Amino acid sequence: MEIIQKRMRKANIWPYLLVLPALLVVIAVVFVPILNAISMSLQQYDLRRPKQIAFIGLQNYLQLFSDKQFIASLYRTVLWVVFGVGFQFVFGFALALLLNQGFRGRGLVRSVSLIPWVTPGVLIALMWRWLLDGNYGVINDLLQRIGWIESNIAFLANRTTALPSVILTIVWQGIPFFALMLLAGLQGISHDLYEAADIDGAHSLQKLRFITIPSLKNTIFVTTMLRVIWVANSVDVIFNMTEGGPAYATQTLSVYIYLKANTLNMGYASAMAIVLTILLLAFSIPYLRSMFRDQGV
Amino acid sequence: MQSIVKHSKYSLKRILVLYLPLAIVLLFLLFPYYWTLVTSLKPNHELYSTQVVYWPVAPTLNAYVQLFGQFNFLKPMWNSFVVAMITTALSLTVSMLAAYSFSRFRYRGRKLLMVLFLTNNMFPTVLLLIPLFTIMRQMNILYTPASLVLSYTTFTIPFSVWLLNGYLNDLPMSLEEAAMVDGANRVQAFMRIIFPVLIPCLLATGVYIFMQSWNEYTFAVLFTNDRNRTVPVALKSLIGQFGVQWELLTAGGIITVIPVCFMFFFAQKKLVAGLTSGAVKG
Repeated sequence: MEIIQKRMRKANIWPYLLVLPALLVVIAVVFVPILNAISMSLQQYDLRRPKQIAFIGLQNYLQLFSDKQFIASLYRTVLWVVFGVGFQFVFGFALALLLNQGFRGRGLVRSVSLIPWVTPGVLIALMWRWLLDGNYGVINDLLQRIGWIESNIAFLANRTTALPSVILTIVWQGIPFFALMLLAGLQGISHDLYEAADIDGAHSLQKLRFITIPSLKNTIFVTTMLRVIWVANSVDVIFNMTEGGPAYATQTLSVYIYLKANTLNMGYASAMAIVLTILLLAFSIPYLRSMFRDQGV
Repeated sequence: MQSIVKHSKYSLKRILVLYLPLAIVLLFLLFPYYWTLVTSLKPNHELYSTQVVYWPVAPTLNAYVQLFGQFNFLKPMWNSFVVAMITTALSLTVSMLAAYSFSRFRYRGRKLLMVLFLTNNMFPTVLLLIPLFTIMRQMNILYTPASLVLSYTTFTIPFSVWLLNGYLNDLPMSLEEAAMVDGANRVQAFMRIIFPVLIPCLLATGVYIFMQSWNEYTFAVLFTNDRNRTVPVALKSLIGQFGVQWELLTAGGIITVIPVCFMFFFAQKKLVAGLTSGAVKG
């Protein structure tokens, strides 16, 4: 047995050969492009003026500091992520707690509630655009029926309501993922803990505070990290709802970069993308650390 | 859990703490789909009337007929299918090999390689989009399915490696060891013992890759043209030709989401188990 164990673990050429195909693809489609992006960010690289492509050092980066739109987009990204992921967490947690209770048809309810998670971002954007429509939107109709508003609001065309509206949409999209992960975490908590708490006379909120949340710490951490990265990077929902408008009111940094890339100003767009990447990497250092640690086992 | 069992099945408390909030959350999550479906079935005078109609009085399939006739929606569906299938086959093959290596061997550089794959998901789409666009333009594969397949592997491969590695770690090493004691070599042991057990996991991972490729928009809108645009791009392009025709758009939405939902329900158990195990164990 030991010999075989040794044979299986012995470092030879095989493990490297097995990783090689995936590694080659990833190098070609991720690492080479990143180097490319870094090099483009140091150039005046506007595809509309291909003859003027030239090395300009850090000028693209310096330009960021005086770009009011960049600063404003960065601020909007923070709002988008904090409120988007925050509410996803709250409602996802609530849904997970509900689904963790025993009731008939739970399996079906669980699968059905995951549908938003597998729906294409474009479709999500278009569906909510229609729900929030200023003329024929059903949300306007419902709010008037219950008397919260008196006349139609053009939610996505109004500067104050546009950002909350796209956040509502991303919250709707992200609830299932949080619920899914937290539910799995909840199901891993030993019943003994709750029984012991029952004997001690703890009420539900105390159990939530002292058993459920501490036991879910790791799940909450990993899921939140994954969602923050995903939400910060997401382009399709906002782009298809408002294209960053009205008057830039919903333009997050990712959307701004995407729009700049669409105008073929690749140098400046790359510089912004690299700054976004560095910010996200810095933010996820604790997550990266835990990943390093886990892979070491 | 325990305390609930003691209560009668439909006590007031149970309604208040379970059924009512559950109904509200489900209504919030599912109403948009109901509304999309209903909209796609409404005739114009019900759709654009000052009085919002909650249930179509005279439902019609006109929008669907128009979608497949005039707008030839089968074409983008076919394009999406081709891209998604190739992406799935490519990603699954290379990821399975890499995951097997990570799960079954211990060697120098393994940790570094794993982290290399895992951190890939951090890179923003917009970061990769720009250089990939210029590279593909130089390689002359812009506006071909290959450009989409390659860009989709940027997120499908790291993800599949991670997922399959988790599945493989759950399969005890003793399975192969037993076969190898009996004289099988490693390849035989893999093909006879591991691969059959791994098939459901490969299917679940494949479904996830397929869904992601089918749903992807940000790359697709830049890397395709009229001839080979995929479903999400085609859906968006329904806007603009004659203003927004909501019955047409919602019909397209329903058609788009049906295949993914179908596949997801079929694979969800294994997929959810794989997705959650990493975060929960950690």
